[in-house]
Amino acid sequence: MAWYVDRAARVLVFVGGISAIVFIIGIFVFITKEGLDFVLGPLSLGEFFTSIAWRPTSNNPTYGALALIVGTASVTGFAMLFSVPLSLGAALFIAEFATGKTRETLKILVEMLAAIPSVVWGFVGMSIMNPLIIQIFDVPLGLGVLNAGLILGLMAAPIMTTIAEDALKAVPDTYREAAEALGATRWEVIVKVVIPASRNGLLAAVLLGVGRGFGETMAVLMASGHAINLPTSVFDSVRALTATIASELGDTVTGGAHWGSLFTLGILLFVVTFLINLTADIVVRGIRKK
Amino acid sequence: MFTATPLNRRSYRNQSLAKAVFFLMTVVLVIPVLLIVGTLVVKGAPAISWEFLFTAPTDNMTAGGIFPALVGTIWLVVVALLASVPVGVAAALYLSEYAPDNLLTRTINLAIINLAGVPSIVHALFGFGAFVLFFRMGQSILAASLTLAVMTLPVVIVATRESLQAVPQAFREACWNMGATRWQTIRKVVLPNSISGILTGVILEVSRTAGETAPIMFTGATAFVAFLPEGVLDQTMAMSYHLYYIATQATNVPEELTFGVALVLIAIVLMMNAVSIGFRVYLRGLKKW
Repeated sequence: MAWYVDRAARVLVFVGGISAIVFIIGIFVFITKEGLDFVLGPLSLGEFFTSIAWRPTSNNPTYGALALIVGTASVTGFAMLFSVPLSLGAALFIAEFATGKTRETLKILVEMLAAIPSVVWGFVGMSIMNPLIIQIFDVPLGLGVLNAGLILGLMAAPIMTTIAEDALKAVPDTYREAAEALGATRWEVIVKVVIPASRNGLLAAVLLGVGRGFGETMAVLMASGHAINLPTSVFDSVRALTATIASELGDTVTGGAHWGSLFTLGILLFVVTFLINLTADIVVRGIRKK
Repeated sequence: MFTATPLNRRSYRNQSLAKAVFFLMTVVLVIPVLLIVGTLVVKGAPAISWEFLFTAPTDNMTAGGIFPALVGTIWLVVVALLASVPVGVAAALYLSEYAPDNLLTRTINLAIINLAGVPSIVHALFGFGAFVLFFRMGQSILAASLTLAVMTLPVVIVATRESLQAVPQAFREACWNMGATRWQTIRKVVLPNSISGILTGVILEVSRTAGETAPIMFTGATAFVAFLPEGVLDQTMAMSYHLYYIATQATNVPEELTFGVALVLIAIVLMMNAVSIGFRVYLRGLKKW
């Protein structure tokens, strides 16, 4: 009897085990299924990647996603510009310098930063940062690359900090002790020993941060201004790939070309985040091999 | 006798400088949390009252309370948990107790990372294509909750796996030596010793599920329903979507009201997080091994 229960449990647990694979394949299959008609029909790759005319609702619809791609890239890029150094710095401080209470408090604050829902971040962008940016820089509109980028940077920071800290912690203490025994200061140990030893983990942390920023939806939708536009300054409004899906899907006819075009954007997002995560995984595996 | 040479002094100056700079960077990163929470409390608190929490919105969302959205969020979270916790715990049990180190296990781990990394709006597209259309659930609590469940599955798996792996291997070996099967060992030894850690993960998942907006926008959340949901096939209001709606779509909503909604939402999420963190710290103190 116990043997049969054991068998049954083993099967059930295995089914649960492979569920994550089933769902990932399911996601790919279902968004491809809905987007396929569009990909094989109205989609012209040349137009998709080189035109900025995203006019899916006009009588003569055009589907140029360049402005959306640039929008996502500019906001994510701006976010990473300040978020990567800050997050890595914070990870170094938490892992190498902070002790006891300070360390616990900082870790909890970073966790709180990660817990704030994206719709609240978007609301903060609209209602707190927008007037601040207008006032400080004397510009007519505070919703744009700057606003969305700042928010996105703060949203991506916790994941980068946490993973970078894990990578730093994974460096064996014997390495540090050996360097310290040779007379190196904490700072020298970090620069000469800890960072080189955890390089791959830090790179993976940055990659996952980029993936997080790239896929963020609500905050970017609310804080970026949502105007189709190739930005020339950080105050310009832009529109992101994710935000386009979120704002337009509700108004489309199920199964129509516009509908299919939004699922095609979804396929693009899925493929890019998949590649980012895969790269991060391979990079991390690189350290374990050594 | 040790006397500091100029080189030593420079090294130590560099070290203190580095420490100060990194501390400053950390502070710059965490200060916004305090500022945001502070601002939301100051601007949102005047809106909060029993009436605000327990009445429905009125006058095209420009007055009244948030009761249907609160109830809707509870529905969404509960149904999502019912779906994701059993699957997530099973997945973690497989990975921690059964899985050999082979290609399949590596693929599962990669799938988990990807599931956590896929943009929330892509989860929304999946939920719409799969649950709403293909499985004919329509736009309903069920479809929205299942979408949320798939999306937050990695949170349960990762937290559960960690607490399972924290149970010392010797506990299992002792049990196997008594002639117990793998499952008996899991049920009588591994799970009882890790249940509180699993619970911590589940609470964290509640906090995550309650705050998500994009996955429910097209799968079951709606801007306004006058009645409370009666079953899983009804559409519902939800706190997160309500905040999005009154902040961007509705007109003439008093600022105080929007800040009130944001405050309640962030209070729910952060409270859940605080419970989870507190629980974790308490457990660490209890640990017998």
